[in-house]
This record gives sequence, structure tokens and C-alpha cells, in this order.
Amino acid sequence: MADIDVAAEFTRLRPQLLRFAQLQLRSEAHAEDAVQETLLAALQGHDRFTGAASFKTWVFSILKNKVIDELRRRARSPEDTLYDDALSEAVDDLFDEHDHWATMPAAWGNPEASLEQKRFWDVLDACLNTLASAPSRVFMMREFLGLETDEICKELAITTSNCWVLLHRARLGLRECLGRRWFGEVAGSTTR
Amino acid sequence: MISCKESTRRMSQDMDQPLTWFVRLGLRLHLLYCSGCRRTRRQFLFLRTAMRNHPWGDE
Repeated sequence: MADIDVAAEFTRLRPQLLRFAQLQLRSEAHAEDAVQETLLAALQGHDRFTGAASFKTWVFSILKNKVIDELRRRARSPEDTLYDDALSEAVDDLFDEHDHWATMPAAWGNPEASLEQKRFWDVLDACLNTLASAPSRVFMMREFLGLETDEICKELAITTSNCWVLLHRARLGLRECLGRRWFGEVAGSTTR
Repeated sequence: MISCKESTRRMSQDMDQPLTWFVRLGLRLHLLYCSGCRRTRRQFLFLRTAMRNHPWGDE
């Protein structure tokens, strides 16, 4: 197994690590902290890296744990506000007074083809950043960190039904944003 | 018949914890008649695919 130059490899990965941490922690300062702690852990522990998974996977898994630690810390802090009314209004606007779609979602054609386009990821990240903090936090833990809902509830000290409400809001918000900004949906059109 | 809002709530929950057969039935009935919600369900699933394939700035 070839020697890994940890510092060099880490420098190469750093922009990706920062982007990953930034999306979830919503703060450049906290993202920097998490990535720096990850570097320290990688430098200290690289002799324990067996090469079974790729170096990148290993470093990302260290970062994921740092991110979870920070999210858990925030959940327990008194100034943390998990509930954000702004997004619930935005989500309610998607439906009419009978709770049917105000604007019918349009077909997205072959959306998987978008995964090949660099700009798609920029637009997706921009949409992730528009989510309110509570739905975003739960959505990231579910879809980026791959945690099960009961794990998320435990980490954030919220109920399962709160979890589902937040995931629902996140998915609706993301669908709406991506639909408009990438897939060409037009707000206010009512074609069925 | 459940509403579109309720339908999206159920399809979202189904991605995190399987629905009971009865709740799923209500969702399926709605999806039979509502193309908007059928699309939404596919799009929610696409969001998951996208998240799983995020390149993190890999060029």
C-alpha cells in the first residue's frame, strides 16, 4: 500500500470538505473549525488508516462526526431556535385553500441527466442554502449524513413527528426551488 | 380523498419510515388521479438521488 501524504491529500480535499461542512453548519467559521479539527484528527490518526476505504471516504467520515457533534451541541444550547416560521408560510403558499396545488408541478423530463452538469450542483447548493435552518438541519442529517429518523430525533432532541414535518417542508421547498431555478417551472401557471 | 398537501406529507414520510397499509392506500388513491402529486413523488425521489451523488466540487 502506497504511503499517503496526508497533508497533501488533505489540501486537495479541503475545498470539498469546506463545502460539505458549510452546507450543514451554515457558517463559514464553524465549517472552518470542523475542517481544521478533521485535519488534526487525520494527521494524528493516519497510521490507523488501513486503506480499506479510500482516503477521501475516511476523511469525510471524520468530518461527518464533527458535523454531527456540532449539530448535537447546537440542539442542546438554549439560544438554538429550531422552529422557523418563515418557511412554514412559504410552504403553505404552495397549496390553495383546499390544500391542493396552487401551481401544478411540471414534469422534469429526465432529471438524472442534470447530475452530469456542474452548474446543476451550484444551483442545488443555492437551493439548499435557501431552506430555513430547522428543515435544512434535519434534511442534511437524513440525506447527506444518512442518519435514520430516530437517530436524528435523538441527536436534536425533537419528536419523530417534528422530524417528519421538517423533512416534508425541506423536500417541498427544495422541489419548488429546483423546479423554478433549474427545471424551468414557471410560478403561477395553472396548466394541468 | 386526501388533499395534495396531505399526499405530499405521506409520500415524504414514506421515504423515512414505511407507511401503514391503510395510510399508503389513501396516498395511492390520490396518486391515481393527481398527475401533480405523481410528479412530486418522482421529484422527491430524485432529490434523494441527487444528494447521494453530490460530487462536492470534484472536477
